[in-house]
Amino acid sequence: MSKDKKNELFAQDRRTVIKGTAAILASGVFPAIHAQEQITLRYLGTAVNQDKKIAEKFKQDTGINIQYVAVTTDDVTKRAVTAPNSFDLIDTEYFSLKKIVPTGNLKGIDSQRIKNADKITSVFTQGKTPTGKTIGDQGTAPKKVIYLEGERSKQFASGATRYMSLIPTVYNADTLGIRPDLIKRPIGSWAELLNPEFKGKASILNIPSIGIMDAAMVVEAMGIYKYPDKGNMTKKEIDLTIKTLIEAKRQGQFRSLWKDFNESVNLMASGEVVIQSMWSPAVTAVRTKGIPCVYQPLKEGYRAWAAGFGLPATLSGRKLDAAYEFINWFLDGWAGAYLNRQGYYSAVLETAQSSMEAYEWDYWMMGKAAAKDIMSPNGQLLAKAGEVRDGGSYEDRMGSVACWNAVMDENNYMVRKWNEFVAA
Amino acid sequence: MALVFVGFFVVPLLLILMVSTWDYNEYEILPAFTLANYATLVEGCMSPDGTCVTLLTYVSTIKFSLIVWLVTLVLGFAVAYYLAFCVQTLRWQIFLFVLCTVPFWTSNVIRMIAWIPLLGRNGLINQTLVNLGLIDEPIEWLLFSEFSVVLAFVHLYTMFMIVPIFNSMARIDKRLLEASRDAGASGWQTLLYVVIPLSKTGMVIGSIFVLTIVMGDFVTVGVMGGQQIASVGKMIQVQTSYLQFPLAAANAIALLLIVLMMIWALTRIVDIRKEL
Repeated sequence: MSKDKKNELFAQDRRTVIKGTAAILASGVFPAIHAQEQITLRYLGTAVNQDKKIAEKFKQDTGINIQYVAVTTDDVTKRAVTAPNSFDLIDTEYFSLKKIVPTGNLKGIDSQRIKNADKITSVFTQGKTPTGKTIGDQGTAPKKVIYLEGERSKQFASGATRYMSLIPTVYNADTLGIRPDLIKRPIGSWAELLNPEFKGKASILNIPSIGIMDAAMVVEAMGIYKYPDKGNMTKKEIDLTIKTLIEAKRQGQFRSLWKDFNESVNLMASGEVVIQSMWSPAVTAVRTKGIPCVYQPLKEGYRAWAAGFGLPATLSGRKLDAAYEFINWFLDGWAGAYLNRQGYYSAVLETAQSSMEAYEWDYWMMGKAAAKDIMSPNGQLLAKAGEVRDGGSYEDRMGSVACWNAVMDENNYMVRKWNEFVAA
Repeated sequence: MALVFVGFFVVPLLLILMVSTWDYNEYEILPAFTLANYATLVEGCMSPDGTCVTLLTYVSTIKFSLIVWLVTLVLGFAVAYYLAFCVQTLRWQIFLFVLCTVPFWTSNVIRMIAWIPLLGRNGLINQTLVNLGLIDEPIEWLLFSEFSVVLAFVHLYTMFMIVPIFNSMARIDKRLLEASRDAGASGWQTLLYVVIPLSKTGMVIGSIFVLTIVMGDFVTVGVMGGQQIASVGKMIQVQTSYLQFPLAAANAIALLLIVLMMIWALTRIVDIRKEL
């Protein structure tokens, strides 16, 4: 076929389409036609959780498109509050719920439509590890905010109900990352972050609601003060915590602060910093460059965080069905195994286990030495055979959680004081 | 045109002004009239043990603006002078001009991350100096310091000085320079009494560019200062991300007024509209 002819045909096609569309619009049957179109779910969250392979696999399994909208942790909350119709599915941290739920912008997720709802780990539903050990619940522990009083409720329920605010996606226990090759001695306490030995070589993350918790762990470890609840400080306690940080900063303790995941990787990999607040995938990223980096378990315990899926209040019809389908698919094992292999934890352990090889499960979840080399989902070597995961098993790590990321009652005051720390 | 101006500039600005007097809580802004948001600007400045942090942040931002302004002005003037008077052929002028835009060929973030291997503790400069035996310990203040912030600003924004100054200089009649020389003026005198007065418009326009950009910056100071140096822009950004919109609006208004005063002062020196 000659090129001209092709163009002509195409032009004709286009005219027909335009005419057809006009006719559809005129007759008012457009919505019916529209409903036959492929569904695209706009998935709002942070880039760390938005893996391309997860979207591809879901599309392959169900034909539904996932369109990732990647913003920072703080901006997820901001969007949920100020632009609740700009997404179909939100992936946000549990601590943000204290800001989002009172606006009524989220609807309760009907647990009767979630196939594996009763299998969601007791870490979320009861605040206990699978073997029954009670987990530290300072801060916004998921069990405090996971249930709503009704589908349209702006109130958290005190016990289990049919409606859930967020269905957990990923969670983890965070601690300090260190460069063992540059520190050359064992590190065992949060207090080391402000140890003058690491003057000019330490870093803390500059996201106020998370940074303040790391700072509180340090203050307690240094023996300066014992908080009744680190996750809900009084103004005086905030003053004390920030004062400690400012003093350290004036002494030149911090090389830099970081806000972006990649910044923390760079600081650590370049050796600018040898001890800092860090996230698990950042430690992995440093290691895959061949640079030693340890996600150091500390005697005071971990600072935990958890994220989950929520549904905007206005979502309805086929999009709502698709969102439920995605959540169900997510809990069904493939995605859970994928996350576990990155060092995160997934919400339904049984289904994830059935999608993982036994040696992988033993390494990531049971804290056993790797029987074979451990690969990342992208095929990079993460640990050689014989190595053990930092911090050990799921039970050990989640069981040692001391506090959760939090939004405090005095949050506005805290943010203002945090700004003072940055400016001091 | 007027409608566009009103719709997309005046109305939003009035909205910001309105919100700056509202109250707020965790998740919503509450219509009210309060000056409390503005009061935070000078909070802690009256008592002896107060930190006065907001006002100091403004001072620090203005300080950076003035330093960067001065450096880019001198540097930009020198480069523009060279391009306009010393380079003879148009081809070379264009080539060198394109060379000046090199800093803009990569994204902001990559550009700033690229400073680490150069200025870092184990970076190129420190390694070279150590290997040459000039220093024993790596110099720490090369990166994540006020120095690195100014350096990054100058690297980024000198171009905004060069272009308008070059534009003014290109329009200077070359015969004026010859006349000045013939009248017995030295090189410096020609520069001082002929070139500078005639390129004043360009210098003022460049100054407005640089001052307004640096005053409003919230990325460069953060990244190059290791997030440890505050700037007004950064402060506003943090406030908006924690939904403290009225507080952010009040700061935005204050920042706007300061920048407007700067521009007003500059336009006192040269009447730009008349010169253009």
